[in-house]
Amino acid sequence: MAKIKGAVTVNKERCKGCNLCVVACPTDTLSLQPLEVNDRGYHFAYMSNPDACIGCCSCALVCPDACIEVYRVKVD
Amino acid sequence: MELQDIIRPENKVYAAPELLDEVNMHYCPGCSHGVIHKLVAEVIAELGIVERTVGVSPVGCAVFAYNYIDCDWIEAAHGRAPAVATAVNRLWPENVVFTYQGDGDMSAIGTAETIHAANRGENIVMIFVNNAIYGMTGGQMAPTTLIGQKTATSPYGRRVDLNGHPLEITNLLKELDGTCYVTRQSVHTPANVRKTKAALKKAFQNAIDKKGTSVVEVVSTCNSGWKMSPEKANEWMAQNMFEKYPLGDLKV
Repeated sequence: MAKIKGAVTVNKERCKGCNLCVVACPTDTLSLQPLEVNDRGYHFAYMSNPDACIGCCSCALVCPDACIEVYRVKVD
Repeated sequence: MELQDIIRPENKVYAAPELLDEVNMHYCPGCSHGVIHKLVAEVIAELGIVERTVGVSPVGCAVFAYNYIDCDWIEAAHGRAPAVATAVNRLWPENVVFTYQGDGDMSAIGTAETIHAANRGENIVMIFVNNAIYGMTGGQMAPTTLIGQKTATSPYGRRVDLNGHPLEITNLLKELDGTCYVTRQSVHTPANVRKTKAALKKAFQNAIDKKGTSVVEVVSTCNSGWKMSPEKANEWMAQNMFEKYPLGDLKV
């Protein structure tokens, strides 16, 4: 059975660290940076568990600042 | 499989809409406006009406919408967006006109314009962002504020004897013969975002087909005004707002 692998990129300067993508993610892929901040002082989102991503786009759909791009491939 | 093998242009399944400008939005973190802007930008691009779309922005948090979505815009006086949209629609009937209004704009100061534009059946889309509070001015009570809800001007909660009942303006608009499509949606979960996009697409299609006024209410959060974190605000909305403002199509 083909497996789906996904990945997201976060535009970290645009991200405001609202945490909505982290809540929406069904596979706990995303987290907010615990220590690092962007130029505007926000703890931006990043893939803390990249292996879990299935590229479902849930994070990107709920992101109010349109800073997430989603990629998805089928792995045989 | 390594991350760089997945992150390639041919594997991209979701990106920010091209019509959304790269400038950072001024909205608070987690504000529903950003999601709705994104959906409007996507729908306009998908329907291929970028060159003939005119938005009318309100007074309120969304006043700077013209900086974020790359179509033609007019900024109207407080509450007068439907009147301006009427003028644009009548003078250039080939254009697709939409208003983007908050609850203070549409259901308070602009009630008369809203109701009469809908009653005349102008071929416009009204996008109504209802977060039950005046967000921009510091979280004062709005006509849509829920009974018991605490705001800056109702610190002990809204009281019916003092402040009256919450105004469900979308339900009023449903009763008018001029409206062809009235719906109430939200954008707090991925599934709801998809539904809202479908509703917006239908509303814009109605405007293209000149069927009458379409009203899309989006029940939204104002986490700064409600003094909650964005995720708590979404939970509070689902628990409290949907009881008074149930989601779904009111008129199809």
